[in-house]
Amino acid sequence: MIEILTKYFATFADGFLITLESSIIALIGSLVLGTLFAVLQLVPNKFVNRLAQAYVEIFRNIPLLVITLFFFAFVAPLVTHLGIAMDGFTAGTIGLTLYTSSFIAEVIRASINAIPKGQMEAGRTNGMTWWQTMRLIILPQAFKMSIPSLGNQFINLVKNSSVLAFVAGMDLMYQANNIAQSTFDSMGTYMVVALFYLVITLPLSYGMKYIEYRSNRGGNA
Amino acid sequence: MTEKMIQFQNVEKYYGDFHALKDINIDINAGETVVLIGPSGSGKSTLIRTINGLEDINSGKLIVDGYDLASPQTDINKIRKNVGMVFQHFNLYENKSTLENIMLAPRIVLKRDEKENHDIAMSLLEKVGLADKSANMPSELSGGQKQRVAIARSLAMQPKALLFDEPTSALDPEMIGDVLDVMRDIAKDSNMTMLVVTHEMNFAKAVADRVVFMADGQILEDSKTEDFFKKPKSERAQQFISQIEHH
Repeated sequence: MIEILTKYFATFADGFLITLESSIIALIGSLVLGTLFAVLQLVPNKFVNRLAQAYVEIFRNIPLLVITLFFFAFVAPLVTHLGIAMDGFTAGTIGLTLYTSSFIAEVIRASINAIPKGQMEAGRTNGMTWWQTMRLIILPQAFKMSIPSLGNQFINLVKNSSVLAFVAGMDLMYQANNIAQSTFDSMGTYMVVALFYLVITLPLSYGMKYIEYRSNRGGNA
Repeated sequence: MTEKMIQFQNVEKYYGDFHALKDINIDINAGETVVLIGPSGSGKSTLIRTINGLEDINSGKLIVDGYDLASPQTDINKIRKNVGMVFQHFNLYENKSTLENIMLAPRIVLKRDEKENHDIAMSLLEKVGLADKSANMPSELSGGQKQRVAIARSLAMQPKALLFDEPTSALDPEMIGDVLDVMRDIAKDSNMTMLVVTHEMNFAKAVADRVVFMADGQILEDSKTEDFFKKPKSERAQQFISQIEHH
């Protein structure tokens, strides 16, 4: 295992950086999209609610691998005709973002629903619009409430980024598969890979706990 | 000259099959203080909540500050700018400090200058006796303090009318006096229209120009305060008063 780590360190490091990059992009993207679709499920417009619900149900109920392959095998060739290059990394990161955003939408929607109705009523009777009250009063409280569940989603996201290996995304898992095949030491290789994933997920896990602790202590959201 | 602030004309409201408001007709003049009383479930809260559009009406006409609430042309936010509301459960913004609770809507809705906004907010906090709590979060305040901040928050919008939906019902008895004192002060301001749903009969006697009594979704009585307390006309109101006063 040590031998594999030292001999192939540069390859692992490349894969690690790709995994990290994909995870960061998908984390930000899924948080933004997830929040958007949580709110769109609740705006006072039935038609928009239905559309947002459809989005969530589609991406939440299809395997991540299928979503990713859809973008890699179907969307990518389509946009290539239009002169846009979409490689495995891009297809995989889009799949990861959309898939995770559907779960984050549900987490945030549940938190918004748990905020007492009086908060929205107070904002509205105070003269603010639905969107202003949502943005300034409801969402900050909902985010605070969502922190533990969001931590789970983010950790899952990092682990799920291994889906990039299936579409030649050059990530950690992809590199590991190659190394395992050429060295015939699967055990050693995947042990090293596990360590690299922990380098991302453990700090993420503790980071989210810290944010949770800070937000409970400060009271200011 | 009496300008009408709030007018209900044959207003009906249903929740599914439940007939919550039955043929409601009242006029509330600008500057008037009206207390709305009645047994629980009589439709008082529903009535007060229709005035700023928190509940829709099914038929009839409701005109507030010159705007017809049922008209699709009416921008409800324009009415809400001029009609404040104080809730039974305070509903302070839990993620904002006391001062921010008061300053937020004037900043966002009225685009009030920040320095002026701060000065107005602080003077309102002084008025309700909580200037020393400006930096506290709502979770650090008692119920009575929360309600006084909520009143200050409504006043900061400099509304023409204030609606109070059972403002003291969720308070410990020793907290009620401070809140009622603040409300008395507001009622003295002859420009402010106040509609108060309450069970505080002494407050009604001391402050109200008129008392409206509701039961089962209907207005059974709408009288001058002295007349109402001397001898309510309807039997239901007589029963209600005697129950409350012997309680």
